[in-house]
Amino acid sequence: MTTVADYGTYETAWCPGCGNHAILGAMKEALAASGLAPHQVLFVSGIGQAAKAPHYLNANVFNGLHGRALPAATGAKLANPALKVIVESGDGCTYGEGGNHFLAAVRRNIGLTVIVHDNQVYGLTKGQASPTSDEGFVTKAQPEGVHAEPFNPVETAVALKANFVARGFSGMPAHLAGLIRLALAAPGFALIDVLQPCVSFNKVNTFAWYRQRVRELPSDYVPTDWAAALMTGARWGAEIPIGVIYRGSRPAYEDRVPALAAGPLVGRQVDREQLAAIVDHLK
Amino acid sequence: MTEKTVTVLIGGEAGQGLVTVGQLLSKALVRAGWRICVTQGYQSRVRGGHNTWAIRFGAGEIGAPTESVDLLVALDQETVEIHKGALTPHALLIADEKLDALGLPGLSVPFAKLAAAKYANVAALGVAGTLLGLSEELMAGAVEELFGKKGTETAAENRRALAEACRWTMSANTSFPLPGQPSPALPRIMLNGNEALALGALSGGLRFLSFYPMTPSTSIALTVVAHAAALGVVAEQAEDEIAAVNMAIGASFAGAPALVTTSGGGFALMVEGVSLAAMTETPLVVMLAQRPGPATGLPTRTGQEDLEFVLHAGHGEFARAVLAPGSPEECFLIARKAFFLAELFQGPVFVLTDQFLADSYRAVDPFEVRELPAVRAGFAGEIAVPYRRYANTADGVSPRLLPGQTHHLVIADSDEHTEEGHLTEDLAVRNLMVAKRLAKVEGLRWEVIQPRLDGPAGADLLLVSWGSTGAAAVEAAADLCARGTAVSTLHFTQLWPLDPGQFLGSLRAAKRVVFIEGNATGQFERLVRRETGFEGAGNVRRFDGLPITSGHILRELAVAGLVKE
Repeated sequence: MTTVADYGTYETAWCPGCGNHAILGAMKEALAASGLAPHQVLFVSGIGQAAKAPHYLNANVFNGLHGRALPAATGAKLANPALKVIVESGDGCTYGEGGNHFLAAVRRNIGLTVIVHDNQVYGLTKGQASPTSDEGFVTKAQPEGVHAEPFNPVETAVALKANFVARGFSGMPAHLAGLIRLALAAPGFALIDVLQPCVSFNKVNTFAWYRQRVRELPSDYVPTDWAAALMTGARWGAEIPIGVIYRGSRPAYEDRVPALAAGPLVGRQVDREQLAAIVDHLK
Repeated sequence: MTEKTVTVLIGGEAGQGLVTVGQLLSKALVRAGWRICVTQGYQSRVRGGHNTWAIRFGAGEIGAPTESVDLLVALDQETVEIHKGALTPHALLIADEKLDALGLPGLSVPFAKLAAAKYANVAALGVAGTLLGLSEELMAGAVEELFGKKGTETAAENRRALAEACRWTMSANTSFPLPGQPSPALPRIMLNGNEALALGALSGGLRFLSFYPMTPSTSIALTVVAHAAALGVVAEQAEDEIAAVNMAIGASFAGAPALVTTSGGGFALMVEGVSLAAMTETPLVVMLAQRPGPATGLPTRTGQEDLEFVLHAGHGEFARAVLAPGSPEECFLIARKAFFLAELFQGPVFVLTDQFLADSYRAVDPFEVRELPAVRAGFAGEIAVPYRRYANTADGVSPRLLPGQTHHLVIADSDEHTEEGHLTEDLAVRNLMVAKRLAKVEGLRWEVIQPRLDGPAGADLLLVSWGSTGAAAVEAAADLCARGTAVSTLHFTQLWPLDPGQFLGSLRAAKRVVFIEGNATGQFERLVRRETGFEGAGNVRRFDGLPITSGHILRELAVAGLVKE
């Protein structure tokens, strides 16, 4: 049986009070509750404070380039669909630098569990606006405030019919662990956008700010109704819904690839007879 | 006609079925036992423009085109006008009777009487093939293979057009001299450089391909895609080249030998990924089919402009190998070698080709794929516990386990990292890791492909070439030798790392050394100078987008005063 202890305890480089700590704890709890052993799990991350998270637990890790976690994870999943591949990075990495990959990965519905630490600011580079920063958010790089409409990842993922779309809050770790557990069990692309205050560089979207606004979805909410989910996903401001916002039923991408019907690519032998026939056909 | 070869050029607009005629005629020539070298000239458009398919054929091996034309098959008036000046003294023209032959000798063909307009291209095949001594049966076989699947009516109409054209040509009573005797006893395969790269990769253990379409590389990917399901390979068209290279690295990390295919502009987007493969020590093969740049450049033409680009691509310092095949046979072998090198040294390996070689069909002895080994991803030996992905070793190569295949955890990081794979800012560890990664350069040096010296050491003139220009250099040397100058050639198929011990003696022994390459700045010439201090006597460069030919080399050598006219 897997326990939280199997996932280890590490010293982190995060600020005291950072929302990342609670996400890390919720992740370990969800992994243990899912019965996944560390060697069965591959974490893929990009660059940013959130992207360091996989270094702080026991698992396989590919910590790649800024913005490029999703394609690296897609390659790994296609090479070995037996791996439980989890992508963990921030809002800048996933929605900014990696925006095109985010759209493509959702469209493919590739079997990845994607946890985005969304603090609406760039932390590692010390406080510039991110794609999810609210309009008017003032930083040293945006002294007149952000002039762009914030990117709503939840609304976008629902619009493109990701199989599992949720929003969590790092101030409610037990609720978040539950969401991660559901996401790990969902086939296809699963996104959890996690609201996570940056205590150093975001003095607007604080714990208190989120706590006043987050609302758990009512128990009679039906996440399989796409049109309703789209409306729910679009909600942002005075009230921010958290929970499982959408559940779809598209087949996972890896289940549609002919070469994978016979199992993972890793360890396969070249079919020399088949290859010889292909060469012979060129005569 | 040069002494031992004939060049047939088929010209017309895109959309006229010119490629079909070219492919079918090439196939029939190969089946008749001829060796061929095809040069495709096309424009970045789907309809219209002026496109060409040139087949140089003969009994012996041919690796370069000629600029002169012996048989011109004109599907439109523009072809007659553009290529009139390139015709050899005894050349013939095959053209519709409605076109103006401009007084050129040849066959004025009543295509409208032979076949409906839709089948005129197959009728043109019949006329040209019959003139070249190909039997109707041989051509019919190739036509049926191509059109057989399209329904009986199309197949029957094509068959009828071919028969009418063959009959008409026989009765025209025109003869065309052939370049010797073909050897039909040895059935050869017909394929181009890109197809050979794909087959080499597949035989070498390729399991994962990601790509974004870009001329002239696309047909490598399409060849893999065509066989992916049958051979258990995942081939993914990525959303962009950045995704493609990161997908390949992710797949390779997880245990699937991986490839990306692209051209210069696409590779520009992959460059950070190259650095990632090096830092995470993940095997990666990059096939780059060159075309003239900068930027979009000449999208459908050829060149050798990206050597310095791949040599320096990626920030930071790390080991890499750059290979440059010169023929489809070498494409096959070098594609295989690239996979072994990538796995052995756990990093990026480049295969540089170009549009000419990519699209150049040849007759090749079949590859004996049943006998060839394939690469195995990952380390299969005894593992020291605790497992450390980047354990320091003398040769810089650490045991590479694959995630999920054992109970050991595999940790890879693009940050500087410890032997365990965790990010670090310990500068002593940094120094250790830099030394470990660069130690792989030494191992790569042991694997360098020896450049091929043809002709005596100490010749009057040594022509140095790389990649697809080798055969033109050999042909130019033979021509000069026949005229009394002692000329040798030195051909490189690996451009990095270089092992000066393999070639510096040859360079020094020759009276004069001339570097031949398809770029304006002498990239390889300067690389050799940088690594060895050796200065050549001159160079032949070409950057107009056309392949380097023997004729081009001879002209340039004469202009430079390096040989007598």
